[in-house]
Amino acid sequence: MTNPTMTAGAVERHLRARRDAGRGLLMPYVTGGITPGWTDYLRAFADAGADAIEVGLPFSDPTLDGVTIQQAGQTALVRGASTRRILADLSGMADLGVPLVASTYYNLVQHDGPEAFCAALRRAGVGGLIVPDLPVHEADELTDVAAAAGIEPALLASPATPQPRLAEIVFRSRGFVYAVSLMGTTGERAALAVSAAQLTERIRRVTDRPVLLGFGISTPDQAREARRHADGVVVGAAVMRRVLDGAGPDDLRAFLATLRKALDQECDRPR
Amino acid sequence: MRDVALRREPVPPDGTMGGPRAGGRFGEYGGRYAPESLVEACREVDEAFREAWADPGFRDALAGLLAAHAGRPTPLTPAERLSEALGVRLYLKREDLAHTGSHKINNVLGQALLATRMGRRRLIAETGAGQHGVATATAAALLGLEATVFMGERDIERQELNVFRMRMLGAEVIPVTAGSRTLKDATSEAMRHWVGATGDSHYCIGSVIGPDPYPWMVREFQRVIGDEARGQCAAELRTGVPDHVVACVGGGSNAAGTFAGFADTPARLVGVEAEGGAGAARGRLGVLHGCRSLFLQDGDGQITEAHSIAPGLDYPGVGPEHAHLRDLGRARYVTVTDDEAISAAVRLARTEGIVPALESAHALAWVIRAADEGDLPAGSAVLMTLSGRGDKDVSTLKELL
Ligand SMILES: Cc1ncc(COP(=O)(O)O)c(C=O)c1O
Repeated sequence: MTNPTMTAGAVERHLRARRDAGRGLLMPYVTGGITPGWTDYLRAFADAGADAIEVGLPFSDPTLDGVTIQQAGQTALVRGASTRRILADLSGMADLGVPLVASTYYNLVQHDGPEAFCAALRRAGVGGLIVPDLPVHEADELTDVAAAAGIEPALLASPATPQPRLAEIVFRSRGFVYAVSLMGTTGERAALAVSAAQLTERIRRVTDRPVLLGFGISTPDQAREARRHADGVVVGAAVMRRVLDGAGPDDLRAFLATLRKALDQECDRPR
Repeated sequence: MRDVALRREPVPPDGTMGGPRAGGRFGEYGGRYAPESLVEACREVDEAFREAWADPGFRDALAGLLAAHAGRPTPLTPAERLSEALGVRLYLKREDLAHTGSHKINNVLGQALLATRMGRRRLIAETGAGQHGVATATAAALLGLEATVFMGERDIERQELNVFRMRMLGAEVIPVTAGSRTLKDATSEAMRHWVGATGDSHYCIGSVIGPDPYPWMVREFQRVIGDEARGQCAAELRTGVPDHVVACVGGGSNAAGTFAGFADTPARLVGVEAEGGAGAARGRLGVLHGCRSLFLQDGDGQITEAHSIAPGLDYPGVGPEHAHLRDLGRARYVTVTDDEAISAAVRLARTEGIVPALESAHALAWVIRAADEGDLPAGSAVLMTLSGRGDKDVSTLKELL
């Protein structure tokens, strides 16, 4: 087996470096095209100490999203958002110094064809890709062309994933491994699911690739707790609920700063 | 040597509607594009179905339920007066006479029995017309299971009676307010719900769509339509098989079940879609609800809303096996308008004394048009699956007629 650090792409190298420096990783999510000046959110995320930023490309039928992200996607689509326009907005931005990771459903990838889709991501400065309805056994046609285009597709692992399959997922995943904390859709939850700790521990047994825990993580306390198990967190619905309620980039910067602080505090404690 | 007189069409080896290829593929379509959280659940359904389908005990139990509870076999009715007017010999496979009023019960009894065998205590279903929801609620009551049915708000309005029937049967009906508030959105919501309930619930998909093994499994549970009709046609027709086999196509389950009985014969297979929901006739390659197939989409790859007066045909895609049969040329897919379907429903009522479901009326509308336009040569024997009865549609029709 090749040394994963040697073959790692830019997203993974960036995340590994920060993780290895003892930092808890923070990847906030925003739905592309949600407001006219939506890219200002990305700047706010970077300022607040995000280590990567997930940009959702909205799809009409988001089968793995709860109501908040469904609504965000719908709002963006009604505003006229499309993959092409969102990527054009990203191309117009100055480098934020943190990797961008696109996330969307496979129909949009399939629509352009994986090759053209990945090339367009690359041109827009996106480094990673998450496709929640593309499980590892169907992923070949994407992963092969993604590698050639310099895009790192991160695969999702779930609490229901059996161990041999989990090993395959972490081996084939690029950038990081996306650990789905619970058996459910995206959306804020009152507490971190018990399944989160078990899953991340199972993943760690088979890889030292960065592991980001997502789905349901909404508060600094949950982020702190998640950090005890994983290398970092993905925060989506908690961000998008605020955006839907009218929060601007400054409000989001303040919210993410509380998560940043929680992750940093957790790092100061012996792990 | 081939009998030229029979105009036997070469049947492509993988167009005979056997099992799917490895990975649940029908040609390039199908597959298991499920979120990782559902992959293991799909694998369990696949394993359980394969075992059950190979187990004579399971087959006997299902056949027993279909006979004792659902009223199978359903008759094959020669449509005498209509045939005379059209100049063809039209035979109706009467799924409208199956218990709960449509073919949906065939699949649901199969899946409910499978769910029991898997130790599940609840069925989750999506429904458009309400027919699959009613069938699911019925099977759940029969086998002592719970049922949770997702239904678009718009369909709840236009299929009020079926909503009441489901509730009366003890099912929980959950309105879906997202998107177009019809079948597509109900399916998305049912999948979301299943992600959080795989431990104790079986997702009972109502058509030949969804992740592997659903398209194949649902077709196998529906093939009873085609198998019965094949035997009935053999007894009724001098040639043994009809010249044309016709069925309406929403997701495509009654058509797939019907076609399965004739895929290895020279019969021409015709799937009839609604003009505003023609996944097979006008869809583009895509991935939705767990499978790769043909879907209506806009220039950006967003799934577009289907529009049909028949709620069961209001789905923007088609099952993967139909996409494959289309590519092979083994089946052809045509469309009819709302107006054609309404006139066909009235015509069947007045000539044969049968009020069909608006979905089924689409199949008939094509038969009428094709006979008028000479697409069906005079004297052809046509088997048409009458997928359901029209009681659920009377309030819709009342406003239009
Ligand atoms: C009577 C009837 N026919 C046809 C359909 C369409 O489904 P399918 O194409 O799966 O047979 C439905 C769906 O609700 C229905 O109720």
